[in-house]
Amino acid sequence: MSPPHGKIVVRNLYKLFGSHPRQAMQRLNEGWDKQRLNRESGVIVGVNDVSFEVAEGEIFVLMGLSGSGKSTLIRLVNRLIEPTAGQVLIDGRDVSSMNRRELIELRRREMSMVFQSFALMPTRNVLDNAAFGLEVAGVGRAARERRATEVLEQVGLQGFATKRVDELSGGMQQRVGLARALAVDPSLIIMDEAFSALDPLIRREMQEILLGLQREHRRTVLFVSHDIEEALRIGSRIAIMEGGRMVQVGTPEELVAAPADDYVRHFFSTVDTSRFLVADQLKADSVPVYVHNGRAPEGCQVRRDLEAQDKHYAFVVDEQRSFRGSISLEKLALLTADDRPLSLEQSLLKPVAPVAPNLPLSDVIERLISNEGPIPVVDDDGRYTGAITKGRLLSRLQGAQP
Amino acid sequence: MNFQLHIGDWVNDGVDYLLDNYSGVFDAIGLVVDEFASTIESLLQVMPAEVMILLFALLGAWRLGLRFAVFTLAALGLILLSGFWPQTVVTLGLTLSATMISLLIGIPLGIWAATSDRVNMLLRPLLDFMQTMPAFVYLIPAAMLFGLGRVPGIIATVIFAMPPAVRLTTLGIRQVNKEIIEAGQSFGCTSSQLLFKVQLPNALPSIMAGVNQTIMMALSMVIIASMVGAGGLGNEVLASIQRLDIGLGFESGMSVVLLAIVLDRITESFGDSRRARRSGYLSRLFGRISGQRAPVKGESH
Repeated sequence: MSPPHGKIVVRNLYKLFGSHPRQAMQRLNEGWDKQRLNRESGVIVGVNDVSFEVAEGEIFVLMGLSGSGKSTLIRLVNRLIEPTAGQVLIDGRDVSSMNRRELIELRRREMSMVFQSFALMPTRNVLDNAAFGLEVAGVGRAARERRATEVLEQVGLQGFATKRVDELSGGMQQRVGLARALAVDPSLIIMDEAFSALDPLIRREMQEILLGLQREHRRTVLFVSHDIEEALRIGSRIAIMEGGRMVQVGTPEELVAAPADDYVRHFFSTVDTSRFLVADQLKADSVPVYVHNGRAPEGCQVRRDLEAQDKHYAFVVDEQRSFRGSISLEKLALLTADDRPLSLEQSLLKPVAPVAPNLPLSDVIERLISNEGPIPVVDDDGRYTGAITKGRLLSRLQGAQP
Repeated sequence: MNFQLHIGDWVNDGVDYLLDNYSGVFDAIGLVVDEFASTIESLLQVMPAEVMILLFALLGAWRLGLRFAVFTLAALGLILLSGFWPQTVVTLGLTLSATMISLLIGIPLGIWAATSDRVNMLLRPLLDFMQTMPAFVYLIPAAMLFGLGRVPGIIATVIFAMPPAVRLTTLGIRQVNKEIIEAGQSFGCTSSQLLFKVQLPNALPSIMAGVNQTIMMALSMVIIASMVGAGGLGNEVLASIQRLDIGLGFESGMSVVLLAIVLDRITESFGDSRRARRSGYLSRLFGRISGQRAPVKGESH
């Protein structure tokens, strides 16, 4: 097995809730499903054979309905909950086999957490709440208050240091929660539905703050959410959980393009997914392609061809399918008006720059507007893979499947 | 039916056994308690009545505002003028000693019961017993084991008044929001840091409610404890019963009531810090002087 390189590596992780989890684990290995396990031994499967990796510096969003095990899963990562089986590696070190001392050190140095209910201490003021992690780690008063003041400024709370936390609005309180998490300068922040209790406008504001902080200093963020818009806005990658299992993991674009099942598709049903469309998903083979080899097809022939097919444009590629140029019937008709033979080379339009498969929709639209004909899509090696036409684009936006 | 359980006999035998074999232990405990109580009492008696009344009034003003300070002055002044001040001081001393011993044992027990379900399960019936057994009943074994005087009175009071301190400490700690506990853990608290920086501060309102209850129960019990010679206002109450002297009964009873109200309101205010902060006139004044520390920007070099 190759050495793990992700910031977080989770392998075959299980969490069973009930009186005899080890025994139940055996049953599970013997092939019992979780309904039977629950019925016959009263054990609930919280996390069921989950494996994934989170790369350094990415925002990894865990999505799922309530009860899907996402909150349990993140608590297994910092071991607020003991796993029943499996491994959690952080920077290559196995969290589940650490002793108390090592675990406390890891929590103090490497990670912090932000909570749905904010979980601030009502007995402390804003500054002392923000400095909590440092205080626990034994940092002296002057130093920790200096650092806390610094992070409070980063989250836009300068001047609030001596306020009581219950005098603040929800959004402000969660800024304190965020400041507390940042103060210890962790490499990993775990955020459990951190913005879910906030109203939509404040939620967007907090997402912007988080993204802004990430631009200044990239940290690994493990973010739990049940809001797909939020996941799409902030997630580098999204993992969809259902009933304790991880159903699908991918970038927002990948999930939108190819949802693994109806459960995943259901999440996106309320989302305008068109903004995640890329050139590759918009292309089709609706434009005739001519291969230009030593003896190119002859101009008049092509003209008759296109007229017969009722096509106005064609593309020319070489034998390696490298894109060479495009032809329009209009120009071809002019050039071959006297029925003289014409090599295809002579009839090429001014070259249309092909686009890469991952070009986002907005750019594709721009190109379609400024170009007269269809746009060719080429892969990373420059090979032609398909064409985007205006008609094709509109029908795709309409949601019509090809 | 000629079968009968002789639980009473067993208890008698038990107490006799303790007396025969462990009287040294009880003497030692008695000595410590007596020393402690007499220290507290003499500390209270050092102060002239007027000074102590003024101190209570100031405390009342700080916690609850000027109106309560005026009430405190009037109530304690009434006791002073009706001639029951010396007995009131003795009763106050007994109450404070018993309360402190109760808290010293009760709060750690409460913490233990909060962290262990098994301890909690064992402790609950014991606390029920301590709280509901008629208070007089404790006086008999207490007097037998510790002799007459204030020591058995204090011991009986401790047993009677401790349960709320234990219960409300346990309750307070168990009721701390789960995510706040998780926050403590996730930032790397050791278990003692979790206790002192997270659980206890957040359970403080509940613990203070327990302290308040303990004080009130202790006050009522030290009156009853005059039957074993604990002294104070209880003696007057007892005398009024023996002599059927309604007037004396009313005067001494009124002193108890007034002292109770003052103690209750002041200790209650410590449990509800928010209310105290809003309404306390002096606290706002003090707050301006000392409480609001400026942000620490200036401390950076």
